[in-house]
Amino acid sequence: MRAFVDKEVTPHVAEWEAAGRIPRSFWKRLGELGFLGLEFPTEFGGAGGDFLASIVLGEEMARCRSGGVAFSVLVHTDMSSPWLTRYGTEAQQRKYLPGIVAGETVCALGITEPGTGSDMAALTTRAVRHGDVYRITGSKTFITNGVYGDLYFLAARTGSGTAQRRHEGISMFLVERGLPGFTVSRKLDKTGMRASDTAELAFQDCPVPAENLLGVEGRGFQQLAAGLQRERTMAAVLALAAASQALEDTVAYLRERHAFGEPLAQRQALRHRIADLATDLEAARALVYHAAMLYAAGEECVKEVSMAKLFATEVANRVAYQAVQMHGGYGYMREFPVEGFARDVRLWTIASGTSEIMREIIARRIFE
Amino acid sequence: MKILVAIKQVPDTATQMKLGADGKTIDPTGITWIVSPYDEFAVEEALRIKEKRGQGEVVAVSLGPDRVKEALRSCLAMGCDRAIHLNDPAWGAADTLMTARALAAVVKQEAPQLVLCGRQAIDDDMGALPAQLGELLGWPSAYWIMEEAVDADGKTVRVARQVEGGLEVFDLPLPAIVTAQKGLNEPRYPTLKGIMGAKKKELKDVKAADVGLAAEAPQLSITALEALPPRPPGRIIQGDLPTAVKELVRSLREDAKAI
Repeated sequence: MRAFVDKEVTPHVAEWEAAGRIPRSFWKRLGELGFLGLEFPTEFGGAGGDFLASIVLGEEMARCRSGGVAFSVLVHTDMSSPWLTRYGTEAQQRKYLPGIVAGETVCALGITEPGTGSDMAALTTRAVRHGDVYRITGSKTFITNGVYGDLYFLAARTGSGTAQRRHEGISMFLVERGLPGFTVSRKLDKTGMRASDTAELAFQDCPVPAENLLGVEGRGFQQLAAGLQRERTMAAVLALAAASQALEDTVAYLRERHAFGEPLAQRQALRHRIADLATDLEAARALVYHAAMLYAAGEECVKEVSMAKLFATEVANRVAYQAVQMHGGYGYMREFPVEGFARDVRLWTIASGTSEIMREIIARRIFE
Repeated sequence: MKILVAIKQVPDTATQMKLGADGKTIDPTGITWIVSPYDEFAVEEALRIKEKRGQGEVVAVSLGPDRVKEALRSCLAMGCDRAIHLNDPAWGAADTLMTARALAAVVKQEAPQLVLCGRQAIDDDMGALPAQLGELLGWPSAYWIMEEAVDADGKTVRVARQVEGGLEVFDLPLPAIVTAQKGLNEPRYPTLKGIMGAKKKELKDVKAADVGLAAEAPQLSITALEALPPRPPGRIIQGDLPTAVKELVRSLREDAKAI
């Protein structure tokens, strides 16, 4: 995996960052090498591995020095497609999994709406049953892989919740690109993660075949909630691995850069700062691995995963600030990887559950 | 068709080498061990021959201490069918000739039609083993191969060997020994499926006695190792631009003899 990233990913990330997308040929190459189906059953072309194999994928992809490339790939492999094996019928799996594993069908997750972020139960996109289709109307935003994707794991309301049970009535659908009434209304322009495409989507009476309902009608919220621990662990892994790479790059820079007649690596203030950051990262790694092991073993892990996501992404942002600082003027220049890392990593205290929501979840498990 | 691939485990190219306290060995702390890159070309080619013919067996073999198992596992993960580990303290100080004798004994037992190796290992760059093995077995051998084609009957192999400015083409009767040069192919990455499958494949430990060899002393031994001299510091040429450029060109021509 590391050899592949060094040889076939890192040399291209500057080009993909500038293009604002990763090429289709790269998805197919990932598929060919089996990286898109690590945990899927072997009968659909998967490798039959476990969550820890996906962690390795996330860690190594994040070392390509483009957060966007890693993010796009892991949205496909870990933040969308696993719902298909968890809740999909055999027919749905048979239809979509081979393309997903081969890199021909790129997946996106469509939950967030212009008025609905952390408060998922507030979503308003509607799906109304008409005979053998659900007609979907509404809009989605911040959808990673949304501009060039093929299959969208979409959350929409099939019924209205009650004041006490607002999260009832949400369902999940497999929505193929190209259906009438489905448009990519905007390609969004972001601070970082520029190699991954992010879309605003519009649905106007978009007819989704009834057989594309994923899981149980009205249970979408619970289904999505069950997948959040995987997504958040992976977010922590991506932030952590990218930060480790940035710290290594910074250490290499401090060794090379001379000031006042000696390498910066000799300055005690900088050495101690590196020591602190390395310690923070090691602590974050231990916590993330602990959460990942709990998740992989199928144990209760909501608190630990929330802690890992909170801590790792905040540590990664501290590393970003200091990595740029220690690079001096060069840290502010596009040609130095830490500059891109600092822009990319900013997302991680926001996406996949903000730090505020993580604290709320942890506090709830302490006080209630 | 049965193919034997002889591989060596070597330190990763990115490793910073340090001398051991005795001045004769490398300090092994912190070394990441890999399959020598030329040997990976050999493994890849063996797998391609098998895949093209639709049948056959690829056996990886290596000599060295316990850690060598890891290198053999990665050959199995790439797709080799089984592996043989020549693992015996009697081979602890093996030179290339002792290694060639051990390999020749394995080749006699296994009776492959083709032996593939890398053109040399990237640690000590001896490149002696394939020739010694060919001599011991009395087999034809060709080195630094850029292309190969085994005929349909599995009786001969046509190989194209890299020479200055071109390729030299030979037909060798099988069994034969062929060594891989960079450019022969692009080795595959082991897949997760391959890595998991490798754990179930046979990896056999073989002692000197198992192949009928008695202990012997190496004919080659290392007297001392020396670290490379540190790189001389860079030089900044002072003066205005036209003078500095002249001095740079003079220095490149006369001091560095680079142009």
